[in-house]
Amino acid sequence: MRTDISKIHEKSKWQDITTGNQIYGGGTSKAFNTGEWRTSTPVLDESKCVHCLLCAPVCPDSCIPVVSGKRLAFDLDHCKGCGICAYQCKFGAITMKEGK
Amino acid sequence: MAIRERLSGNEAVAHAIKQINPDVMPAFPITPSTEIPQFVSTFISNGEIDTEFIPVESEHSAMSAAIGAEAAGCRTLTATSSCGMALMWEELYVAASNRLPLALALVNRALSGPININCDHSDSMGARDTGWLQIYAENNQEVYDNFIQAYRISEHKDVRLPIMICQDGFITSHAVENIELIEDEKVKAFVGTYEPENYLLNPNMPMALGPYATSPYYMETKMGQNEAMKNAKQVILDVAKEFEEISGRKYGFFEEYRMEDAEYAIVMIGSAAGTTKEAIDELRNQGKKVGLLKIRVFRPFPGDEIAKALAHTKAVAILDRSEGFRAGGGPLSAEVKEHLYDIKADTKAISYIYGLGGRDYTTEEAKMVYAQLEDMITNGTEIPQYQYIGLRK
Amino acid sequence: MKNTIEIRWHGRGGQGAKTAALLLADVAFKTGKYVQGFPEYGPERMGAPITAYNRISNEPIRVHSNIYTPQYVIVVDESLLDAVDVTAGLREDGAIIINTPKSVEEITPHLNGYKGKVYTLDAREISMQTLGKNFPNSPMLAAIVAVSGVMEEEDFLADMQVEYQHKFAKKPEVIEGNMNALRLAFREVTK
Repeated sequence: MRTDISKIHEKSKWQDITTGNQIYGGGTSKAFNTGEWRTSTPVLDESKCVHCLLCAPVCPDSCIPVVSGKRLAFDLDHCKGCGICAYQCKFGAITMKEGK
Repeated sequence: MAIRERLSGNEAVAHAIKQINPDVMPAFPITPSTEIPQFVSTFISNGEIDTEFIPVESEHSAMSAAIGAEAAGCRTLTATSSCGMALMWEELYVAASNRLPLALALVNRALSGPININCDHSDSMGARDTGWLQIYAENNQEVYDNFIQAYRISEHKDVRLPIMICQDGFITSHAVENIELIEDEKVKAFVGTYEPENYLLNPNMPMALGPYATSPYYMETKMGQNEAMKNAKQVILDVAKEFEEISGRKYGFFEEYRMEDAEYAIVMIGSAAGTTKEAIDELRNQGKKVGLLKIRVFRPFPGDEIAKALAHTKAVAILDRSEGFRAGGGPLSAEVKEHLYDIKADTKAISYIYGLGGRDYTTEEAKMVYAQLEDMITNGTEIPQYQYIGLRK
Repeated sequence: MKNTIEIRWHGRGGQGAKTAALLLADVAFKTGKYVQGFPEYGPERMGAPITAYNRISNEPIRVHSNIYTPQYVIVVDESLLDAVDVTAGLREDGAIIINTPKSVEEITPHLNGYKGKVYTLDAREISMQTLGKNFPNSPMLAAIVAVSGVMEEEDFLADMQVEYQHKFAKKPEVIEGNMNALRLAFREVTK
């Protein structure tokens, strides 16, 4: 039986830590809402966005979903607000707003 | 029926590898271990085994590739010596903390400097705190037998730690001696196939390995490794018992040679133990009550068992084949003395260093050590608590 | 150790002294003995003096030190007599075998007053005759077998035939020459 790693936390006893800190399950970083860390938030001005899609691949947290050649809204559960998307946008469609 | 042969220590280990047919062997050559990957790659090109051999550009890469292969779910090994092991250093810890039961055929050789290619134990003794299991051999037979038992110990679900199977560079690795080999099918049945519960290349059960462990997790992880070391003690004994059934040869944490009524004992590791046994027989013929405790398992350290086995003696000499540079002896002597203290043994213990950089150790020197112990106890002569054997002065 | 024969080989890097020691261990093993064959390793180069050892016994061998009081010494290269103390520790009830065209009488004064038996063998000449090249280790191997009596000539030659077939699997044409070198040396040395 695999340990349910969602039950392991900073107060877990040593006996409950998995062998070799192995993380069981795939895509487990989804459950980690790094969006909580954000101190500034990207805002998309849809009227300026031409869907060139340069923003999606540069996002270090894969927070810009792309479907059928169009970018969708930011995944703010995971966006850390780094601003790289705004920096690289050639059309001024993304601006960074202070706060969550 | 056992197969009577004569092989060098390197040939013996290579033969064990051939019989086990592990999945992956990344390796980089360094004297005196070079022959092992050489022999194995010959077996592969002759079609005798289907191990994947990975030639790498350094020992750091060898151990990294071994970690990757083992994590992927493959039974893995590598071989090295001396500075090669030093270059693996950071990866040794990674293999242990990730709990990857890979094997390392280590042919003990002095570390530079000064530059030297001959035998001592400074390489593996330096790695004694990396979290690897360590098993040592007196001769070709023992290193062969130890290698066959290696994966049964390391892969055991209560252990899952990497294992180092050590032998003395040149003294056993390049010396041809008689050996009894076990039939292939018996070895295969004994070692079994590797079936890890969790491994990276299992598409049905995805996992991640080697995550960053922040301080709230780090110490708990280390305690887990320590518990595995403790568990290894019983597993080592159980595996040895099963091994005896297929080989007729008995193994434990250490070998006690003529210890039952011994008043003076030597504690040591490796090929020089055979030389000490010869000296013991000569001294016993003169009525001297002397014995030897030869360490086989150094990690986990069977300290309580060693202390109990020595407690009835008047004095023991602990011989290290590596310097500890604590200005008071080597690592073996420190650990043995700690456990003698714990059980409040009324035994005097003296630390000796011998055989560094391939310096020969003879029966005459073993006899000198026993004579010193006896002189100290019976005549009250003061002898240095820490000394070099065979040093010109 | 009382029933153990201890042998020390002196040669120069590249002359095959180590190989000869390992071959001797091999053939002695086949007669049912316990054996050890090991070189003393240093920073070896072609031509540098090297030492190799054998122990042969009816009982398991446990000692792992070098040999200091050998029963037999084999000198594969005569020029070593001036460079190395080849008779150091050699037992007087033992013997020394030297590869040289000189006679026992001529060579004895170069042996630091050694009083045991001295054998000479012109291994170079035998090798040149049988192989057309100077490979002194085969004749010297035959010499030590003959002098020490660790095995009978016939058994030795039969075993060596098998050894050579294995060792020279890719150049079988040299097997006969090597066998002839052994036969010649075996007889010459004890003359």
